[in-house]
Amino acid sequence: MALQVLAVDDSRTIREMLTSCLTSAGCEVVVAQDGVEGLERLSGAQPDVVITDINMPRMNGFEFISAVRSGEQNRHVPILVLTTESADDLKHRARSAGATGWIVKPFDELKLISAIRRVAT
Amino acid sequence: MADRNEIRDTFFLECEELLEALDDGLREIDGLISTENQDPETVNAVFRAVHSIKGGAGAFGLEDLVEFAHGFETALDFLRSGKLVANAEMLRVFYRANDRLLDLVGAARDGEILDPAESSDVLAALETMTAEITKDMPSDTPISFEPMSLDFDFEAVVTADAPGDHTNYRIRLTPKTALYIHGNDPAHVIRALRDLGQVRVAIDPTTIPSFKDCTAGQTHITWDMNFETEEPEHVLFEVFDFVESDCVLQIEPVDAAPDAIQLASSAQDLEKEPPAEPVNPDDSAAVSLSLVPPAAKPASSVAAPKRATVRVDLERVDRLINVVGELVINQAMLAQCAENAGITSRDVFATGLEEFKQLSREIQESVMAIRAQPVKSLFQRMARIVREASASTGKSVRLVTEGEATEVDKTVVEKLADPLTHMVRNAVDHGLELTVPRQATGKPETGTVTLSAAHRSGRVIIEISDDGQGIDRDKVRQIAFEKDLIPEGAELTDSEIDNLLFLPGFSTADQVSNLSGRGVGMDVVKSAIHTLGGRVSISSVPGQGSTFTISLPLTLAVLEGMVVDVAGETMVIPLSAILETLRPGHDAVHTLGTGDQVVSIRGTIVPIVDLAAAFGLRSAETYDAARVLLLVETEGNQICALVVDRIFDQRQVVIKGLEDNYGHVAGVVAATILGDGQIALIVDPDTVFENLQPIQIAPERLYASEG
Repeated sequence: MALQVLAVDDSRTIREMLTSCLTSAGCEVVVAQDGVEGLERLSGAQPDVVITDINMPRMNGFEFISAVRSGEQNRHVPILVLTTESADDLKHRARSAGATGWIVKPFDELKLISAIRRVAT
Repeated sequence: MADRNEIRDTFFLECEELLEALDDGLREIDGLISTENQDPETVNAVFRAVHSIKGGAGAFGLEDLVEFAHGFETALDFLRSGKLVANAEMLRVFYRANDRLLDLVGAARDGEILDPAESSDVLAALETMTAEITKDMPSDTPISFEPMSLDFDFEAVVTADAPGDHTNYRIRLTPKTALYIHGNDPAHVIRALRDLGQVRVAIDPTTIPSFKDCTAGQTHITWDMNFETEEPEHVLFEVFDFVESDCVLQIEPVDAAPDAIQLASSAQDLEKEPPAEPVNPDDSAAVSLSLVPPAAKPASSVAAPKRATVRVDLERVDRLINVVGELVINQAMLAQCAENAGITSRDVFATGLEEFKQLSREIQESVMAIRAQPVKSLFQRMARIVREASASTGKSVRLVTEGEATEVDKTVVEKLADPLTHMVRNAVDHGLELTVPRQATGKPETGTVTLSAAHRSGRVIIEISDDGQGIDRDKVRQIAFEKDLIPEGAELTDSEIDNLLFLPGFSTADQVSNLSGRGVGMDVVKSAIHTLGGRVSISSVPGQGSTFTISLPLTLAVLEGMVVDVAGETMVIPLSAILETLRPGHDAVHTLGTGDQVVSIRGTIVPIVDLAAAFGLRSAETYDAARVLLLVETEGNQICALVVDRIFDQRQVVIKGLEDNYGHVAGVVAATILGDGQIALIVDPDTVFENLQPIQIAPERLYASEG
């Protein structure tokens, strides 16, 4: 069965890139444009991996991750943070919000898949 | 699936939106400077816009753009975190950065390379802003930028390392509960290690408490691993990137063989999977543990996205518009047939036809809406023109925009950019006074240029006004005389003097075809607007400013018109130009000494123009009371009465251009096909009237048939 991925990013370009990369790697992708929409997509669904941006309107990535971790259904889902910054500060903030790992932009298919492989069971 | 080019298109499309949001945000911030109280969401949105452009640009390897966006973003991040407080000077730099970003995006899209000087200048200005802050807090670098991440660059690493150089490591991993809470699993680590080399795994049994001491939700297992790899050390550490803060980790290089044996002796079958890991890690990418019940597939539970858009080739839209135009003609033809066949309006067929008419009009409007675009993007470009003109003239200028959401045909938006640029630049350059004279007359130091758009009776009205000195009519008159455009001592009304600006040859500089260049005459502006089916007029009050009004049709494809008979020819007069229709009594019509006729309407004297004579269909006759007068208003806000023989109908007609085949014909804008297949000319009241005006400035422009 194909790996199911929820991709949350406010940039349409990034959403399209994620979808394109992941589907060509055989994943099923659902997208959301911010944290609020991400939570909506998660209700009633159990993706294998969640990928999320940090800087988003309405509900940012940190808030989104905390909300997922404090929920019931998907509290253990691996969450990868998409970030342009490799600064430790940001990684730590993502970590303390409950992220599983991160992907530093710009990403390519190889990088994306290898990151997902490292967290998806 | 979207290919790379499509995603690239998406990126540039998104950039446009982001740049628009950026511009909006900066203006909002600008407006709140004096309060020193910025809306954090606006500042955030501005930051996000630049950040997203940077992110996308990185994905496409657009280094110039990435570098610039990064510098811009860094400064905005300072604003966001409150380390910088917005002020006028800062906003000037931000606007400049905004303009540069726009240029860089445009250049990236068109595959051009810009002179890096401006980028460096702006980046330096941004840096000066942030340097003040960073020097006080040297350790705090909020964003450390790496254009290309090395995190996952396996290939580079492999080639850099001599092959066959095996290293053995002993790894001891004790997960904390948080590791599982964060969605991680030691199995992931083990799998990642397997990708890099040979790994042997064992659980240290001494760390497992007796069953009764086990606590649910607590971790008790410690993993011992022996790992043999050719990869350099940092690749190994990367594997633990995600887990290192959630576990106790020991990694040490060891001499190969003995340790492996020692480890193996310590416990279980090393080749078997750890008990907590029932799935073969090698198949991991294809296998999902948390199977989703078929009924609750994410795809089916997903609501439709809020703003769905489809990208359509413009050519297809135009083809559709064309066909819809034919449909409208066809519908008119059917109506004509029905009428000829004597079908009454109560007949079922007539009712059906009426419905058909409404539907085709609805289709037409919907199709037109596809091409409609808000003028916002156009106005935003003008903001930049104002900034540039303000900088080059040293005048302080504020741009106020109104009605940005007004929608206009896409072609109009595109083709209006040049004339509007010119007019806005003129408003700053010639319209507004310098600061000192402004102060002397008690005006606010900062001049205001207002751009507004609105829909008014089926047309779009765009106004460019300034609160400057107004048109210096004596000077205009003088120039016109010097250039031989008016005879000495010509009697001209204020409005006529103002309209001299639009004459070819009035411009003080040499004629250049490039509109955006300097010294181009307003006649080029006027003709550009004219080709869009628009009109432009001026009004000016000395000392208070000038207003240029552009009136444009909503669409370039159809026109609401009055179908009339002109000496046996069927013609169409645009309804937008017609003020009223009337049949005056003989006593209202007067003949002047020159032979010209006028009609007095409610105390106003209006010149009469016989359309048939103007087109050379018959020689000028005195007004015959059986005919009808159409009162039309021209772009110069002058009123004139056109004589037609009969009014047939009022209807929407499809515009078929004549210019491609015949060139410009004075007095005619285009042609149309009527319901009965007849071709009718669409009259341009402006040029008909213009050429028959009593004051003829350029006699050679008169009709041959006149007089």
